[in-house]
Amino acid sequence: MSIYLNKDSKIIVQGMTGGMGSKHTALMLDAGSTIVGGVNARKAGTTVELGGHELPVFGTVKEAMAETGADVSVVFVPPAFTKDACIEAVDAGIGLLVVITEGVPVQDTAEVWSYLQGKSTRMIGPNCPGIITPEESLAGITPHTIAGKGPIGLVSKSGTLTYQMMYELKDFGFSTAIGIGGDPIVGTTHIDALAAFEADPETKAIVMIGEIGGDAEERAAAYIKEHVTKPVVGYVAGFTAPEGKTMGHAGAIVSGSSGTAAAKKEALEAVGVKVGKTPSETAELMREILSARA
Amino acid sequence: MDLMEYQAKELFAKHGVRTTLGIVATTPEEARAAAEKLGPCVVKAQVKAGGRGKAGGVKLAKTPDEAFEHATNILGMEIKGLTVRRVLVTPATPPVEEYYFSFLLDRANRQYLCIASVEGGVEIEEVARTNPEAVKQIPIDPGTGVDEDKARAIVAEARFPAELTDQAVAMVLALWRVFVDEDATLVEVNPLARLDGDVLEALDGKVTLDDNADFRHEDHAAFEIKEETDPLEAKAQEKDLNYVKLDGEVGIIGNGAGLVMSTLDVVAYAGERHGGVKPANFLDIGGGANAQVMADGLDVILGDEQVKVVFVNVFGGITACDEVANGIKGALEILGDHETKPLVVRLDGNNVAEGRAILQELNHPLVTLVDTMDGAADRAAELAGS
Repeated sequence: MSIYLNKDSKIIVQGMTGGMGSKHTALMLDAGSTIVGGVNARKAGTTVELGGHELPVFGTVKEAMAETGADVSVVFVPPAFTKDACIEAVDAGIGLLVVITEGVPVQDTAEVWSYLQGKSTRMIGPNCPGIITPEESLAGITPHTIAGKGPIGLVSKSGTLTYQMMYELKDFGFSTAIGIGGDPIVGTTHIDALAAFEADPETKAIVMIGEIGGDAEERAAAYIKEHVTKPVVGYVAGFTAPEGKTMGHAGAIVSGSSGTAAAKKEALEAVGVKVGKTPSETAELMREILSARA
Repeated sequence: MDLMEYQAKELFAKHGVRTTLGIVATTPEEARAAAEKLGPCVVKAQVKAGGRGKAGGVKLAKTPDEAFEHATNILGMEIKGLTVRRVLVTPATPPVEEYYFSFLLDRANRQYLCIASVEGGVEIEEVARTNPEAVKQIPIDPGTGVDEDKARAIVAEARFPAELTDQAVAMVLALWRVFVDEDATLVEVNPLARLDGDVLEALDGKVTLDDNADFRHEDHAAFEIKEETDPLEAKAQEKDLNYVKLDGEVGIIGNGAGLVMSTLDVVAYAGERHGGVKPANFLDIGGGANAQVMADGLDVILGDEQVKVVFVNVFGGITACDEVANGIKGALEILGDHETKPLVVRLDGNNVAEGRAILQELNHPLVTLVDTMDGAADRAAELAGS
């Protein structure tokens, strides 16, 4: 078991023929992912050879899904075209939409989020490393060589901190590691991932990595208190980051939180989540929990 | 990017929001000349920070001489660590009533929000605390936005005075155009003033633009004010590096924003054991840590006189550690004699053994290799503190 992604997932890549897209499609194939094709209207009907595989290029997501039975799409298209690419995939009824693209205008993401309400698509990202279920499938850019399968579920805003944490805990391994992205609006939140890990029998403990800004960690803490029975270990980056020169009063009024690392740590600890001061200390906390269970 | 008041008002005017632009002055003489044109006026510090009034940065001037005097005091003043380099001189138009209005991104609910209050004015935070009922929060679906019906609903819910309804609806629609057409994440009018003769006008404005949307707003580049940028930050920007200058002794280079932020924290903790040394900067070189990027990054950090040691903290993911190590080696060759401060390097991740071997073989007198992030931070702090 795992969350959102497994060995049966059939993946298409929007933007497969671009630089990022082709490089990471090859790496996803290396990781064992089942990539069934790409989408590019201008190159429809051609094929591309990547990592020893001959991959068909389709004109639309709908066509690609009909031909291949794909249920996951990974998006590498440039920021200016990301909104349209996402809406096309939602319209086609894709189950999981993983948006890697960095630099998407937040109003575009807000529109996509509004558009997919009540539809069958789960979006991860944008501006994220994607999701990996080790030894089964990778939909994104996380290096698959860092860690193997195991009992830990990981959810993080940050890419490199995800890699660091997977590396520190590679002797235990991961059920699924998901990078939700650090943009102001993302399709899958810490809370979504916590709920999925709680329901996944293979996941025995959860690592949650946060960063300064917004109040997602505080809200996750409230959720953990009510709904999560598995042990959760947390880490928050940005204690010493300079206070942003935020303007206006509006943000503070809405979130009711300062968004500082200290506030997030406090909120998590208040509900019994052990929070490490450094990534290594956080890994150590997880190590103690898993060793005690073994 | 946060805009200054006068820039926000330019965008307001462009989209038909009723406002008075006033005159920007950078010297007391210019402020006097502006007052001669405008008559009784308000001299307002232009910095990207709130609380300008409370800091003494907003003053009423009845005469040109008073405008000169206020500008003399305000120019050069520091507000929340920012030096005031220009003032906005606007006609004195005392409000009959003050309201608050904003559109903003509501991250938590993944939508937009309109906040409006007729009890508002500059003390809106106080009103929100003591009388939250008076501050209306109206969700806006990014898919449908604000049309005339929605604008009327907002005006009704906020309870604008009946005689101002049509003006308020026009104001809401114009501010909505600023929000969506300019790709803003915040458009705030505080105060939104009812002036003599029942005229509704934006007396002050704050706008935050989404940098990610710059590609479709070429005109936004003009809002960037060069002299406000730290010289090292400007140099980094030229080289496309994501650098923020801080006040400390340990230069930091890392890959990925999360890991670099984490590195700052770990160095600050280590610094507590070594005389209180602190991180000197944030620098994220991203995924491809090649020699040129590494050299550019080191070059910027070595230009910071406060820096005593540089901590290079890289996790080799897609770019494996041997490539990163070759990047550091190449950077040292590019910099040559220019590289004068000790480097503490921590490499972990893919091909870590090969990466460390490359640096060990290099045997550079200024380079120390430490295996763990916490250990390397401690070593860097120790070197900076000694």
